[in-house]
Amino acid sequence: MKNKIIISILIQIIIASAVYSSESNCLNCHSDFEDENGASQMITKDIHWQKGLGCEGCHGGDPELDDMDEVREVKGYQGIPDTKDIPAFCASCHADATYMHEHNPSLPTDQLDKYKTSVHGIQLLKEGDTKVANCISCHTVHQINSAELPHSSTHPQNIPGTCGKCHDDADYMKEYGIDTNILSDYTVSVHGYALLEKGDLGAPACNDCHGNHGAAPPGVSSLAAVCGTCHAIEAELFNDSPHKQAFEENDIPMCETCHSNHKILHPKDEWIGSKEPSLCIECHSLDDGTIGLETADAIAATLEKLIHAHSEAETTLSEAKEKGMMTTEEEFLLKEVEQSLIQTRTRLHSFNKDSVEPKAVVGIEKANLVRTNSAALIDEFYFRRIGLGIATLFITLLCIGLYLKIRNSEKEKS
Amino acid sequence: MSEEKSRRGFLEILLGSSAVMALSAVLYPIFKFITPPKTAEANLSQLKLSFTRAEIELEAQKAKYFKYGKALGIIFINEKNQLKAMDATCTHLDCTVQHRPDLGILWCSCHNGRYGLDGTNISGPPPRPLSTYAVKEVDDVIFVSKGDS
Amino acid sequence: MNNTDSPLMKWFDTRFKINALIEYMSNKSVPTHSHSSFYYLGGISLFLFIIQVVTGILLLMYYRPGADSAYESVQFIISNVSFGWLIRAIHSWSANLMIFFVFLHMFTVYFTKAYRKPRELTWITGMGLFVLALSFGFSGYLLPWNELAYFATRVGTGMAGAIPLIGDDIMTIMRGGEEVTGATIGRFFGLHVAILPGLFTLLLSLHLIFVQRQGMSEPVAWSAKPEHKKKYMKFFPSFILRDLLVWMVVLNVIAILAVFFPDGIGVVHWPLGEKADLFSPPPAVIRPEWYFMFAFQALKMLPAHVWFMEGELFGILLFTIGGVIWMIVPFIDKDAGQNKRSKAFTYFGCFVLAFILFMTVYGYLVE
Repeated sequence: MKNKIIISILIQIIIASAVYSSESNCLNCHSDFEDENGASQMITKDIHWQKGLGCEGCHGGDPELDDMDEVREVKGYQGIPDTKDIPAFCASCHADATYMHEHNPSLPTDQLDKYKTSVHGIQLLKEGDTKVANCISCHTVHQINSAELPHSSTHPQNIPGTCGKCHDDADYMKEYGIDTNILSDYTVSVHGYALLEKGDLGAPACNDCHGNHGAAPPGVSSLAAVCGTCHAIEAELFNDSPHKQAFEENDIPMCETCHSNHKILHPKDEWIGSKEPSLCIECHSLDDGTIGLETADAIAATLEKLIHAHSEAETTLSEAKEKGMMTTEEEFLLKEVEQSLIQTRTRLHSFNKDSVEPKAVVGIEKANLVRTNSAALIDEFYFRRIGLGIATLFITLLCIGLYLKIRNSEKEKS
Repeated sequence: MSEEKSRRGFLEILLGSSAVMALSAVLYPIFKFITPPKTAEANLSQLKLSFTRAEIELEAQKAKYFKYGKALGIIFINEKNQLKAMDATCTHLDCTVQHRPDLGILWCSCHNGRYGLDGTNISGPPPRPLSTYAVKEVDDVIFVSKGDS
Repeated sequence: MNNTDSPLMKWFDTRFKINALIEYMSNKSVPTHSHSSFYYLGGISLFLFIIQVVTGILLLMYYRPGADSAYESVQFIISNVSFGWLIRAIHSWSANLMIFFVFLHMFTVYFTKAYRKPRELTWITGMGLFVLALSFGFSGYLLPWNELAYFATRVGTGMAGAIPLIGDDIMTIMRGGEEVTGATIGRFFGLHVAILPGLFTLLLSLHLIFVQRQGMSEPVAWSAKPEHKKKYMKFFPSFILRDLLVWMVVLNVIAILAVFFPDGIGVVHWPLGEKADLFSPPPAVIRPEWYFMFAFQALKMLPAHVWFMEGELFGILLFTIGGVIWMIVPFIDKDAGQNKRSKAFTYFGCFVLAFILFMTVYGYLVE
């Protein structure tokens, strides 16, 4: 009886250890001396591990062995690669179209090629500067995950922070002489606000303008193309405008000159015109021989008219709404005015008053309609009060009459 | 006695006239209520459009907008010559999309959002597809409707 | 005062013996005492019902039942039809006030024991009218087909499903299907504008004939009073004129409420809001109308299981038993029938009233 128990325990131990070692002996030892930030602790959250790629898939060695020294003797053991070797290290699989096709066919295999063209890639691979970003700087080492996962370092909302790890660090970036306010500038920009505060994943993170693996600052000539991926009409109008040639000839960056680059704030309507705080006067002056400021003033006046009409319509409408009137129709119409306002502001980029005006005129007409309709509703509100006053007066008179009648008829009797 | 009489006379007049006035205060709204309003009947959720297919074809973009409750819809003729209707408000921010027969897409000019002609978001910032309306053409009249009806 | 000499009256009198009717009415009298004001409550309810009929018929001209037209037509009434907002506001205010005055009427009758012999049937028809009034409220609430109404109706009809054996069938019949859909509107509409008004008019006629035939109930204490100490006023014209005066005051109040609060106020409100969407998640607070709040809250507070049955079923059973006792109270309260004070029934009434008040207030507080 006792023997049977001992034998069964022994069998269980053998089975258990067999199962254990078949998983990976690496974790066995590494987890002994690594804390929660160690590779053995983090790797289970890594997409490669989850898809069945063990430690040996990258680092080589034999996971069946249980002596660390013996592991290092095995042919193909890589251990920790040198920083400058990391791109090639990852690319051994990720640039292999046949291999990637078997495991994740939807993933591109040109990351290394792109990396070589990036500022980071050139610095690392040609200059041997190991401070610049390589694969793991952005993707992490043992917690690599799909960009779709919210906790991934490459998820759109985490990208500004990921890039900011270096680019926001003034000490670290000192020798490169580039601005380290990028992250804080971006965070307060319309794009940063939309992405980080409002959670609008359609808003651009760093990589949407700079590229990711081929990261480089857009040149003066490609700036309009970069911004134009989303702001298509603005780019198109600008390219047809007289500014296009003038900017190119003088090497002035296109969108950035007025809108800045990382700290893109909500544009102000006062930016156009011939007086402070207009941006036109930074290049133009009254006697510069162009129709620049004249056009700016004309456009500013048109825009101002529309904005005024819109805000009057809005005020009157909200007053009518506050009074409890049904304003569905007017609210609907006001939305169209807002569309006109957006379109008019967009049209600004043609820097041609004849292109701006028609859109504004439509908006002004609609805004005036909203205002008159809302005013009519407010009148209706007062009409109701007056109507009620008259009706209650009549009914109250009848009440008084009835009361007197009752008193009278009772007096007669007594 | 005559004073008594005149007081009673006054009371009769007060009662009679105030009764007539109160009655008219009640009847006036009722009369106005039964007077047919400018648009004689309610717009139903099955909306009858005020224009025909021919009028849509006349448009440069082969599309027209319509109002459906509080929402704005767009109805257009696709490449197979079918009428399609969807929400015209871009799912990204609040801009109005337009039909681009030259590109075969619905396009939101604000941030270059693109939708397929079935409403799916193809590229650009829009996070969701546009919701669609059912379109029914009876003789020359177009009806659009949404949801379960 | 006597107008019987006028040619018009003569014309009628030779045909319908009008004078006999006036003679009959002027011989009727109404007791005058400290609680005489209770006698006007039934009349006020009647007046509110008349307003409901008139405004209801008016709304019917534009309202169109159906999932794709109900909401739109109500919206149309409010925004496009002149005075449509007023008619809807009056219909809603008057509905709520009617339920309120019916409650008051019922409880004052109960506590003054006016139900006692020989007015048992007046009480029973009154109870029938009470149930019908509640059904009016329940069915009318759904008709605008807005979000509030849709979810309240889903919960309300769902409670019927708790009844064993026939519960599911009742629920399906009420909803016109498994779920609350456009088919339900059709049913509720038919109920609200045809079946209920028909039944209500029938019962109301009986109720009024009984009241006219038997006159107002005198207080229990009067049976011990000597005849000369009892005070009366003539039903015609004294009481009728007072009735009319009270009605006009009520009309005035409704007009003011309807203009200042067309969408109701506080917990008594009926904003049109968003159209019912069968697929949207229910709002955070699903709230029945105030007059169902006590029942809703009581059912909600019951544990999942009481003895061997489901809590909800137990609650419904309890309400049914309570309702039946309440209805046949004239037959079991024998003491009152002999003009004796029946304390036990007064206490029972106090308990019911306290229960309703507490549950209603509590229901709104825990929200």
